[in-house]
Amino acid sequence: MLILECPCCGVMADETELAPGGEAHLKRYGPGSSDEEFEGYLFHRVNPKGVHFERWRHANGCGKWFLAARCTNTLEVFATYSAQTPEPPQHVIDAIAARRPNWSIEA
Amino acid sequence: MRRYSAFAIAREAARYHQGWERAWASPEPKKSYDAIIVGAGGHGLATAFYLGKNFGITNVAVIEKGWLGGGNTGRNTTIIRSNYLQDASAAIYEKARGLYETMSQDLNYNVMFSPRGVIMLAQTHHEVRGYQRTAHANALQGVKTEFISPARVKEIVPIINLDGPRYPVLGGLWQARGGTARHDAVAWGYARACSDMGMDIIQKTEVTGVRKENGAVVGVETSRGFIGTKKLGIVVAGHSGVLADMAGFRLPIESVALQALVSEPIKPCMDCVVMANTVHGYMSQSDKGEMVIGGGADGYNNYTQRGSFHHIEETVRALVETFPMISRLKQLRQWGGIVDMTGDRSPILSKTPVEGVFINCGWGTGGFKAIPGSGWGFAELMARGYSPLTAEFGLNRFKEGRFIDESVAAGVAH
Repeated sequence: MLILECPCCGVMADETELAPGGEAHLKRYGPGSSDEEFEGYLFHRVNPKGVHFERWRHANGCGKWFLAARCTNTLEVFATYSAQTPEPPQHVIDAIAARRPNWSIEA
Repeated sequence: MRRYSAFAIAREAARYHQGWERAWASPEPKKSYDAIIVGAGGHGLATAFYLGKNFGITNVAVIEKGWLGGGNTGRNTTIIRSNYLQDASAAIYEKARGLYETMSQDLNYNVMFSPRGVIMLAQTHHEVRGYQRTAHANALQGVKTEFISPARVKEIVPIINLDGPRYPVLGGLWQARGGTARHDAVAWGYARACSDMGMDIIQKTEVTGVRKENGAVVGVETSRGFIGTKKLGIVVAGHSGVLADMAGFRLPIESVALQALVSEPIKPCMDCVVMANTVHGYMSQSDKGEMVIGGGADGYNNYTQRGSFHHIEETVRALVETFPMISRLKQLRQWGGIVDMTGDRSPILSKTPVEGVFINCGWGTGGFKAIPGSGWGFAELMARGYSPLTAEFGLNRFKEGRFIDESVAAGVAH
């Protein structure tokens, strides 16, 4: 069973406590944006086979949103971190790089 | 190709079954083909079959990373139905259901199509109204379904508990011509027919890149070298995003795990398919006697072909409420497949931003039932550039807001 540490309350939460919220760090487009930008924001997803940044909610716990870096190919969890960040912080990137030397954030 | 028949069985029985030939060849890949299909699952093989049968294009290769039919084709719960709400869905699924009826004869391969009937239970008042609406829509679409009473449900499925503790059965959407088929046989039958037409089915060969020149495809890099083509069909379900990334475009798709399980085999007790979308479970009985059970998909991205245990628990708990007699059954096997989910829960059969590259994906949790219709339409799209069956399922529908919204109509279960 997937277990994530909630960075908001510190609880190691089973996935039955958590609600998945899809891809993280999406750029939200507003009025005046093009159709392509809206389409990308609303529908296009990276859907990688490998390192994935994603949103989770500690639904049956503290109720707060947080973000996680996880491998979709092995289910390994690299790190969880605050949702109040527009891009993965350095310590998360370091944690991933330690386990996936050939990985880069552009890929 | 030697035809399979009662006479052939008698002939081979008389000579110790020495004369059966291989059902399909495993040739070395040629340097180039008129068309290449990536993915030898049901949809990919059906596409190749109809390219040959309907359009005479037989210089075709079907390239498969693993073994034929080893992905979701061999992992689904084999349900066939066409009782969808939207016209575009009803058209392609009903085309598929119709083709299933004669598939064994068309392919000279017994796919064990069993039109045993499919009931979708209505267990809330919302669902009653929803399925009544679907039944009316189906009447207009020429898809024969009817909304039936709880008493009629009980008559068709004697083992059902109508007065469930949480969700009593208030009625059901009944499609008598729906049913099941042998999933492996569908892939094997198409493979045999394709091989007979001279197509190459190349297994254990992974596509590692898509080569382009001036925005058009010229071939694919594979683990066995470069293979040229000007027409490439990507039909790889859960790995669609990976192939699209190779070709250089993005898809409105996320890949998640969907699980199924079978019980130990028991004597015949249910001769139709029952789907209970409110409580997330569906069940039928295989010819071997196993209860074949499926439920909802996991909520997070996953490529591992195994899902979360608690989903199995939820599915079984729900079905035990509906069918109390299964509470003592043991689970025999459980497995997962990677399904490609779109935002509107409808598939994508489309041209792509790369000229010559076509994609057939997004069937999500319900692709098996659509295999022949999908192959029929996608082959037409690849051969002619347009198919009335697939016209509504283009990639551009997301940008244009023309969704084929089956996520509400079909619930979770496909």
